[in-house]
Amino acid sequence: MPDVLSAPLVVEFPFTRSLGPVQSAFLTGLRERTVLGVRTGDGKVLVPPVEYDPVTAEEIRDLVEVAPTGTVTTWAWNPRPRRAQPLDTPFAWVLVRLDGADTALLHVLDAPGPDAVRTGMRVRIRWAESRTGAITDIACFEPHEGAPGVSSPHDGVFADPVTGIVTPARLDYTYSPGRAQSAYLEALAGHRVVGERCPSCRKVYVPPRGACPTCGVATSEQVEVGPRGTVTTFCVVNIKAKNLDIEVPYVYAHIALDGADLALHARIGGIPYDQVRMGLRVEPVWAEGSRHPDHYRPTGEPDADYDTYKELV
Amino acid sequence: MRDVAIVAFAQTDHLRRTDDLSEVEMLMPVLHRVLDATGLRTSDIGFTCSGSSDYLAGRAFSFTMALDGVGAHPPISESHVEMDGAWALYEAWVKIQTGEADTALVYAYGKSSPGQVRDVLTRQLDPYYTAPLWPDSVALAALQAQALIDAGDTDEAALAAVAARSRRDASDNPHAQLSGAVPAGERLVGPLRTGDCPPVGDGAAAVILAAGDTARALCARPAWIRGIDHRIEAHGLGVRELTDSPSARLAAERAGAFERPVDTAELHAPFTSQEVVLRKALGLGDGVRINPSGGALAANPVMAAGLIRLGEAAARIHRGESDRALAHATSGPCLQQNLVAVLEGESAHA
Repeated sequence: MPDVLSAPLVVEFPFTRSLGPVQSAFLTGLRERTVLGVRTGDGKVLVPPVEYDPVTAEEIRDLVEVAPTGTVTTWAWNPRPRRAQPLDTPFAWVLVRLDGADTALLHVLDAPGPDAVRTGMRVRIRWAESRTGAITDIACFEPHEGAPGVSSPHDGVFADPVTGIVTPARLDYTYSPGRAQSAYLEALAGHRVVGERCPSCRKVYVPPRGACPTCGVATSEQVEVGPRGTVTTFCVVNIKAKNLDIEVPYVYAHIALDGADLALHARIGGIPYDQVRMGLRVEPVWAEGSRHPDHYRPTGEPDADYDTYKELV
Repeated sequence: MRDVAIVAFAQTDHLRRTDDLSEVEMLMPVLHRVLDATGLRTSDIGFTCSGSSDYLAGRAFSFTMALDGVGAHPPISESHVEMDGAWALYEAWVKIQTGEADTALVYAYGKSSPGQVRDVLTRQLDPYYTAPLWPDSVALAALQAQALIDAGDTDEAALAAVAARSRRDASDNPHAQLSGAVPAGERLVGPLRTGDCPPVGDGAAAVILAAGDTARALCARPAWIRGIDHRIEAHGLGVRELTDSPSARLAAERAGAFERPVDTAELHAPFTSQEVVLRKALGLGDGVRINPSGGALAANPVMAAGLIRLGEAAARIHRGESDRALAHATSGPCLQQNLVAVLEGESAHA
């Protein structure tokens, strides 16, 4: 059995979200160094504010300003900050009930060590220097010995309100494809295509995933398939994908490799796009240094009889 | 209501890494074990439901790949929940209640080893106010632990004792990832130490549900689901009372857990402090055997650990070691969502 492969995999996306009236007012407020809460039907002030009353589910929009000072309701000391957390020095996670609010906001507290933090301690907001209308406009909280901050009535209306946020998310993985797919990829490196035969129905699956989707049993018997195959169906691609260096139109096809009971898909080259047809016999063209065939091209053989591949269309 | 029981349960050995196995390769042995235990073939199953999350391994639509393991062609009746398999079991139970199926295969799997599970779980948080701060799962549990300590509900010694008992019990569980004397370790996020936190690892589990006489035919002592319910709390952590779990209590009440005492409770408490919350919320006294399997502190394959609690409770009934057991599963930060089922052996019902 070949070594199992692994490779770094980064999943990254800038999630772009629109804001409702309450979230828009709250995040715009942070940009303007103003903290807004929302009043519920029974008079409680929720910070951060939500659009629907958590008790009655009624829509709520009665915005009120609260102070930038507050009290820690619980905390947790983080000795080793992780990537993308608000501070890169050890800090405390805190839930803070701001003066004038009835609920607590999650954020972080800049403190020299865990001995400097306790439930009930007084804190205030340290604003970020550059603010865009995001929860990170609060850089962190810091200890505060003075009087409670002041707040004044606020209608939640701002010039140039923030109506959306972009929150980048990045997760790092080490991807391992497992036994069956590792064996498939290892074979490809030697310009061979291997499938696996189901011990029950005897069908050969390519690429193999270690299981027969019909019988639900493990597959392990390796079978070399191809390299030649038959186009079972195809489509003509007319729109150029971003970062793809292939001239349109081109043909993408399902190809039943000889000896396989499942078609795989690949690009067809070496023939004008409007001459590709079902039954066309093709073979892989390997790019220099690549694990995968770059494309498949006609072999010049006569077309395959429909009956020989109709089960695979 | 139809009588529905868990008639078979299987789980993998839970390991820190399973690089040599794809998700379906990891899952298939447990699927075969529950099928073999009942003599059913995949084509006999009325409904199939699974729980998993693509974010764990960083694989899009991974549950569709896992379907290769259950023989999804020709087409089967199937569904998936993007959460713990305990909720997949709930959906399967509902499906059987509708009369559209008499049997169901429920499975769940999680491979945490390819990524950083603490970071991955931040992506389930509120995306406007919370997720941009990247508060990891240990940090959020630590906030809850500190709240419990401040409230006088526990202290660090009591939390360490929960960890020690769990891992001692796990010595009898051949599938556990951690067992025996595990040091309390350093503070991961204070007040929680390494020993208060679950191991990170890979694993899978499967159960088979069956109704009425079908269940009796498939299992000598079916674990009847006498009640099952799940409830959720506000997503804002600052809105919730972190020292209590009103959603777990309500789910237990609706599942009938308080009608008669239970002898066993399998609690899905990945952190020691969460067992303290659940014991209080569910009114579990010292006479109740808590997590004889070692619980999630011994093995916590994310997305399968809750289903495993149901499976472990059922297996205890199958073996005659319990007559009436409570099984609990959780999802989300700080016990946000809770599912409770009450399982009974036949003699207890009579």
